[in-house]
Amino acid sequence: MDVLVDLGPQFLEATLETLWLVFASLFFGGIGGLLVGLALYVTRAGNLFANRAVFGVLNVIVNIFRPIPFIIFLTAFQPLARTVVGTGIGTEAAIFTLSLASTFGISRIVEQNLLTVSPGVIEAARAAGAGPIRTILTIVLPEALGPLILGYTFVFVAIVDMSAVAGSINGGGLGAFAIQYGFRQFEPVVTWTALAIVIVLVQLVQFLGNWLARKVLRR
Amino acid sequence: MPLVQIRDVTKVYPASTRGGQPVRAIDGVDLDIEEGDVFGIIGYSGAGKSTLVRLINALEPATSGSIVVDGTDITTLPERDLRKLRLGIGMIFQQFNLFSSRTVRGNVAYPLQVAGRPKAEIRARVAELLDFVGLADKASNYPDQLSGGQKQRVGIARALATSPRILLADEATSALDPETTQEVLELLRTVNRDLGVTIIVITHEMDVVQSLATKVAVMENGRVIETGEVFDVFSKPELPASQRFVSTVVKGVPSASELAALRERHSGRFVTVSFRDGGASQSDVFLEFGREGIGFELVYGGVNEIQGRAFGNLTLELTGPDERIDAVIARLRERIEIVEVV
Ligand SMILES: Nc1ncnc2c1ncn2[C@@H]1O[C@H](COP(=O)(O)OP(=O)(O)OP(=O)(O)O)[C@@H](O)[C@H]1O
Ligand SMILES: [Mg+2]
Repeated sequence: MDVLVDLGPQFLEATLETLWLVFASLFFGGIGGLLVGLALYVTRAGNLFANRAVFGVLNVIVNIFRPIPFIIFLTAFQPLARTVVGTGIGTEAAIFTLSLASTFGISRIVEQNLLTVSPGVIEAARAAGAGPIRTILTIVLPEALGPLILGYTFVFVAIVDMSAVAGSINGGGLGAFAIQYGFRQFEPVVTWTALAIVIVLVQLVQFLGNWLARKVLRR
Repeated sequence: MPLVQIRDVTKVYPASTRGGQPVRAIDGVDLDIEEGDVFGIIGYSGAGKSTLVRLINALEPATSGSIVVDGTDITTLPERDLRKLRLGIGMIFQQFNLFSSRTVRGNVAYPLQVAGRPKAEIRARVAELLDFVGLADKASNYPDQLSGGQKQRVGIARALATSPRILLADEATSALDPETTQEVLELLRTVNRDLGVTIIVITHEMDVVQSLATKVAVMENGRVIETGEVFDVFSKPELPASQRFVSTVVKGVPSASELAALRERHSGRFVTVSFRDGGASQSDVFLEFGREGIGFELVYGGVNEIQGRAFGNLTLELTGPDERIDAVIARLRERIEIVEVV
């Protein structure tokens, strides 16, 4: 237990780092994924801006990058991270790569959930005189909001997982902390505490997501 | 000038699979729909009914031909103007297509928001519409808390929000039970009579056409094969396809199997006499047979009423010398429609 007291400040720092990594990545990846997912959705054949070429290109890109194991993705995109954020290591670089990776994952989730919106409802909006942009903003997104919230909650858990991997390489976060102090210095209690924090964090967000989705879906 | 004038319109969908055939969903259709009509469009599944109405509010662009709505040829309009056009054309659907993320109030308000009306006006108009369809107490409910009939009422209120002159109804009662169907039809009748809205109803339910429509077009394979007053088309369909359609609701014409059963019990000649109001009466016909000493027995029949006008089909078994029967039939043909059933 003394270990925990000694390491208290670092522990707090690591937790905050993880929170920062996860939420920043969820934010950027969330926006990126929403945009790419929307683009996939609207350019699909028969949809509002159906465009075979754009859909085909996006589809292939997402299909190529989404399944890459994150640890490989991380190392492969280190040069790009260095170009964009100025450094290949550290929290900023980790956030960049995490956001990029989650953009691909989220875009599919967004696309799948938007596809559940009934074409009839979209037709009703068009028949009411709404243009495509308005239809997307006022009908398609609100109609899919419940499942989208659940999708983002699911993604949050995946990002917590990826953030530990990113942190262990780039330094920072609970993952790196658990490895450095718990694994390398044989202090299982540190590992277990890190684990407990992650569990609490995930449970909290899962609860919040379910609650929000339920509120939106009124079930 | 009719409110909707369709001239030589075709709609071709590109082949859905590589190397497949393009689909000619609408194939050279001409149609006039006058202001105040309740215009029924009937036909079997795949005949092109939905496609045709979706051309009228330009949800689909026509491939060729012209569609003049209220004096404007919409086939040449840019998308921006089409949105304005759609504000003047309401549409209701078989599956209601309500916005599940919006309350009843939010659904009805939507077209008004699209039209950019001020908030206060929208609030007043929505209240008025919900009152009209009898759902004032459901304003804050969500669609999934309503019955099918209530959902369609919301659909109708939403379609009427911007006070359109035309209402398109694509199988609007097909998902409802018979009783609810009658309620919704009554509401549509009110919409037509009291608000003066021209209604175009697509349906495969003939009783909907019979009880609601004033005119009807029969579609087959993307063409309008017959059109006219409902009474005329129903009492005297010209083409076999329309006859087949009409016979599903018009009482009095025996089907092939019914005819076979009748033949087992009766050995005389069968004729079907079609009475329409204004023509020869039943007593005229029966008297004629009696005078010639021809035995007659009513074996099948029924009387229908469309918009207060009656017509009937009676199938009679005739017994007597063949040449005298032929003579009477020939004489009656001048005054009434009479066909020998073989
Ligand atoms: N978006 C589309 N792309 C390709 N073909 C289509 C499309 N919409 C309709 N069709 C085809 O056009 C034809 C007419 O279809 P439509 O939906 O107008 O028929 P309908 O008379 O309304 O039938 P139903 O009574 O089943 O609703 C059908 O052969 C259909 O397969
Ligand atoms: Mg249809």
